[in-house]
Amino acid sequence: MSHADDQSSNRRDFLFYATGGTAAVAGAAAVWPLINQMNPSADVQAASTQRVDVSGVAEGTQLTVLFLGKPIFVRRRTQEEIDAARGVEMSELVDPLARNANLPADAPATDEDRTLTDFDGNNTGEWLVMQGVCTHLGCVPLGEQGDFGGWFCPCHGSHYDTAGRIRRGPAPENLHIPVVSFVDPGVILLG
Amino acid sequence: MSGIPHDHYEPKSGGEKWLHRRLPVVSLLYDTLMIPTPKNLNWMWIWGIVLVFCLVMQIVTGIILVMHYTAHVDMAFASVEHIMRDVNGGWAIRYVHANGASLFFVAVYLHIFRGLYYGSYKEPREVTWIIGMLIFVLMMGTAFMGYVLPWGQMSFWGATVITGLFGAIPFIGEAIQTWLLGGPAVGNATLNRFLSLHYLLPFIILGLVIVHVWAFHTTGNNNPTGVEVRRSSKKEAEADTLPFWPYFVIKDLFALAVVLVAFFAIVGYLPNALGHPDNYIEANPMATPAHIVPEWYFLPFYAILRAFTNDVWIVIAANWITAGLVDAKFFGVLAMFGAIIVMALAPWLDTSGVRSGRYRPMFKWWFWLLVIDFAVLTYAGGQPAEGIWPTVSLLGATYWFAYFLVILPLLGVIEKPTTPPATIEEDFNAHYSKTTGGTSTTGATAPNPAE
Amino acid sequence: MFRPITLAAAVALSAGVAHAAGEAHFENHDFSFEGPFGSYDENQLQRGLQVFSQVCSGCHGIRYVPIRTLSDEGGPNLPEDQVRAYIDEYFIEVWDPEEQDYRAATPNDHFPPNTSVGAPDLSLMAKAREGGPDHIYSILTGYEEEPECALEGPPMDGFYNRAFANGAYPESCLDEEGHRTVEGSWIAMSQPLYGDDVVYQDGTEATLEQEVEDVSAFLMWAAEPHMMERKEMGFRAILMLGLLSVLLYLTNKRIWAPVKARLKGETPAE
Repeated sequence: MSHADDQSSNRRDFLFYATGGTAAVAGAAAVWPLINQMNPSADVQAASTQRVDVSGVAEGTQLTVLFLGKPIFVRRRTQEEIDAARGVEMSELVDPLARNANLPADAPATDEDRTLTDFDGNNTGEWLVMQGVCTHLGCVPLGEQGDFGGWFCPCHGSHYDTAGRIRRGPAPENLHIPVVSFVDPGVILLG
Repeated sequence: MSGIPHDHYEPKSGGEKWLHRRLPVVSLLYDTLMIPTPKNLNWMWIWGIVLVFCLVMQIVTGIILVMHYTAHVDMAFASVEHIMRDVNGGWAIRYVHANGASLFFVAVYLHIFRGLYYGSYKEPREVTWIIGMLIFVLMMGTAFMGYVLPWGQMSFWGATVITGLFGAIPFIGEAIQTWLLGGPAVGNATLNRFLSLHYLLPFIILGLVIVHVWAFHTTGNNNPTGVEVRRSSKKEAEADTLPFWPYFVIKDLFALAVVLVAFFAIVGYLPNALGHPDNYIEANPMATPAHIVPEWYFLPFYAILRAFTNDVWIVIAANWITAGLVDAKFFGVLAMFGAIIVMALAPWLDTSGVRSGRYRPMFKWWFWLLVIDFAVLTYAGGQPAEGIWPTVSLLGATYWFAYFLVILPLLGVIEKPTTPPATIEEDFNAHYSKTTGGTSTTGATAPNPAE
Repeated sequence: MFRPITLAAAVALSAGVAHAAGEAHFENHDFSFEGPFGSYDENQLQRGLQVFSQVCSGCHGIRYVPIRTLSDEGGPNLPEDQVRAYIDEYFIEVWDPEEQDYRAATPNDHFPPNTSVGAPDLSLMAKAREGGPDHIYSILTGYEEEPECALEGPPMDGFYNRAFANGAYPESCLDEEGHRTVEGSWIAMSQPLYGDDVVYQDGTEATLEQEVEDVSAFLMWAAEPHMMERKEMGFRAILMLGLLSVLLYLTNKRIWAPVKARLKGETPAE
């Protein structure tokens, strides 16, 4: 009797585990779409590149475009601004990294590593394209302001120089540079 | 909580005792899950679980759809297309939600007719029944408003027609209709309030479901014999019942899984079969579709609404008695709501001393005729109001009212019921000892040697 | 005992469906995407896109369809560079509300709406008519000479189509009791396809039937781009829940066995 009992209880255990396991798998399969639906939808994912016509940007002016919900500064710098930025010693910088998505993560924050190569392949320092989002808490810095003639964040007083590098104030990092390149003589591609 | 004697939760460890003194929630869950349930429940007692599942499924998928939906007349239709095309798995969630409404109503109708057949509405379960009817009415309101949200042609014109019903109420009808719509016609204000209410009502339904369950846990479940569980001793109660877990939970889950196989066959292969193609055309206030047909689950009541035209003698009589106050349009509205009200009054209209239809030879026939009547009304409601269909609807509507207002009260007087088994145990034993050659009266009179 | 009720409900259910299937006069064409395992034919969708772009899009838009979805798997599956080439080839322009001007479309734009001559949008046409793609197929192959009875009355606007149910209809084609003597009615759209309206890039012969089948399939895809995924989900769900049903059935039997065995054991003892 006990023999038969053992066998049947083993079979019972297996059946219960199999049922519970299958129910758990079915439940998980049902839950995944409920979670995944909150990830960016196909139209949002597809919007992750954007062409911007910058041929109309004059020297000493800045174009601000919205890309993936964030402002992008496209600045065509004057020679004074370029000279000021290139004259900074690396030791003066708060954040020594370039924060340039087009370069390796450990690239130094030289002005050359921050600026954009033009369509002909020359990095003259004329084009500076970066996310207009203060690395402190996400406000949008104001241009041609602050102690270093670059950008100044009005929220908590972060000063950036003419290459968008943090020089004073609470922000920990240089303004980030998105993936960007010239695809035509006057047209950049973001993303 | 239950009147049936059974083991209650006893906190054992220190932690359990600590919590139990402060919040006896484990006790509540235990008593709910282990509630003594009549052993002899048949497969028609599974629809409650299916309905709870439907409610949860609709709430979950609905909350998700709202994350992607835009309630504005210019954008609602396009936002639904956004869900169908761009949102990750959005098409699946929307098809489940849309067809989920149909599953919900299939289950609720089977649940209601089960109650009607086995007399689940009768004393002492009147409150359970009334709350159930309230839930049913709220379900219809929720489904109706939900159907407006995709802002297709049927959404728009369905909303126009159904809110027009309220315009039939004498004197204040037009004011009520305007108040409902938030304007002279169905528009942006209507769409927004319908979304708000479509989101709100399911939670009210959820609350009522809890009260519904509480009520029948207090009285105990009905069962196919209609015989009450014996309560004089725990031993007798245990001979009639088994705990809900695991006996009925597993049984119900099995049934639910089978129901869901059919459900996903529809969602996967015929997701639009139960909908109307016109709802894939964006709402156009300038053009009415050729036939406005409600969703299938409204058709029986829609048929009753349309049945009472102004050449029906009772409408003429009502019109004359009320000096024109009750015209055909208002009469139809009264009839439609009346059809649900008479059903809700069944506990007081049914005069029979025997609860279950199983032991009522005449009742059975009238009951099945009511089921057929319901199917016929569903079909008639989907046909254009021409040819024989108005007559069919009228006959169907007449039988519906006659069943509740005449047949149920009379049957109790003239019918001679057969004798139900003395106990649930007897019924159960008779059913399951058949295979071993036992007779139908064994277990009941014999003491159970195992005890 | 309650089986008949389930049956009644099924009847009631199919009644609703039956009505929805109403009075359409379309023929049932066999498409590759029909049936539980049917799927879209990529090449056919690409041909259909060509027919749509070169013929239909003159008057009709498909405004809910994002252009990028042309490269979706389970759809036309065009490589992304071909999608961009497609935009250039057909000069697809969209209205840019910010610039208050038309600009060249990008893949992430939708196909532009086209309501210039009041033609309906075709994005959802295959779901917005009874019969769907069969309906479209029947309309596009349903143009015929006007029946003689129509010549007796004043000239009709539009074009006779034997598959079009809801158009204008001449009184001269009614019999004495007011019943229609010919099927179909008059449609505002002139016959759009005759055969050889396009030169297929894949070399398929552009017969009328071929073009119509291709564009009908394309419009089905436009209306229901996730049909393949949907069927796959249905299949998996049915398998999974079927397995779960079997296991729960066995579990249920196992749980109840002692309760029922006790009975069987005691009954013979009596």
